[in-house]
Amino acid sequence: MSIRVVHYLNQFFAQKGGEEAAHLGIEYVENPIGPGVQLAKMLEGKIDLVGTITCGDSWFNENQEVACEGIRELLIQTKPDLVITGPAFNAGRYGMACGNVAQVAENLGITTISGMYPENPGHAVFNPYLYAVETGNSAASMRKALPDMVKTVEHFLENDQTMGLPEEGGYMPRRVRVNFFAEENGAKRAVDMLLNRLEGKPFTPEFDMPVYDRVPPQPAVEDLSKATIALITSGGVIPAGNPDRIESSSASKFGIYSIEGLDRLEAGDWETVHGGYDPVVCNKDPNRVAPVDALRELEKEGRIGKLHDEYFATVGTGTPVSNAEGFGKEIAMHLQKAGITAAIMTST
Amino acid sequence: MVKEIEKVMPVVHLATVVPISKTVGANRIVPAIAIPHPLGDPTVNLKAEKQLRKDLIEKGLAALETSIDEQTVF
Repeated sequence: MSIRVVHYLNQFFAQKGGEEAAHLGIEYVENPIGPGVQLAKMLEGKIDLVGTITCGDSWFNENQEVACEGIRELLIQTKPDLVITGPAFNAGRYGMACGNVAQVAENLGITTISGMYPENPGHAVFNPYLYAVETGNSAASMRKALPDMVKTVEHFLENDQTMGLPEEGGYMPRRVRVNFFAEENGAKRAVDMLLNRLEGKPFTPEFDMPVYDRVPPQPAVEDLSKATIALITSGGVIPAGNPDRIESSSASKFGIYSIEGLDRLEAGDWETVHGGYDPVVCNKDPNRVAPVDALRELEKEGRIGKLHDEYFATVGTGTPVSNAEGFGKEIAMHLQKAGITAAIMTST
Repeated sequence: MVKEIEKVMPVVHLATVVPISKTVGANRIVPAIAIPHPLGDPTVNLKAEKQLRKDLIEKGLAALETSIDEQTVF
């Protein structure tokens, strides 16, 4: 028994034309076109590619709502068991259209398999709705993209029309959590993983670790006695009462506070709102986290030119990397405007 | 945070958990004392503690004065 498949293509792969045809609206034809012909051939007997929806990339993106409504009506009429879009490679508007189609299909309970280059915005924006096979960045990789997509379709068919895990289905992770019953509990799995690691055996983490990039080191400061130094902390030391209402965990903001003329941060005037460590020792002497007293002395001794009048603070615990990155960017902008030479950052 | 600042000026990270500092991409790292009091030690008298804090910051300043090619723990 073969399943009903509807294919989505843009104007270019539907052989209607290039950019000059990008304004064309939605059309439906009851046969495979272009890459669809190849897909139908490779999946002969397994799928019945009943029709192809085509649309110009510009039209789709400029009339997104109308386009999605049109797609919805067509999918309701044609009742596919599976939608295939693209492959869109790294074509941004095409990828966005493919993603929109997938979202419409998902709302109708229909799975969508696509092919995209990982950096295609359609993948980033629509990836919860889309099972996208990784492709190269241009149509030159069509010859590899189609067999990869065919494999994913075959997996879908053999797996009771479900997709399974990304590595099984051959698609890029969608960043969605799916509940399932594991055979062994988490403690056992974690210990097994650790033992494998200690023995140098392969192991698969169950949580993707974020990938961090690097920044090349700045040159050394030549003369600190003429430098203005700014103090920053992720240790949550802020004026008592927390005027900016910085969260104790997963901070969404940072504060800028004047330390002009202060010899030290006095207990009672300053406190920590950081939710990740015992605050008692810090609250007795906040300089233990934000060392204003020592920096002020070093300023008086002439070791540094000046301690910057503004001090920057946030809470580091549980704070998403994207938030922290945003704080860093904004703080960097303030520091640059103020003509600061270098910064000291403390973390608990 | 520290990485975004390093994009525009040298920054030294005084951090207790050095592996985290390394992971987030600080380039000049000075290990601090303890998580609840990176620049203090409540077990010694206040004068000694202040000196300890100054010494740690001095270490940080020395790091800022040092040319490096890669992530360095001072």
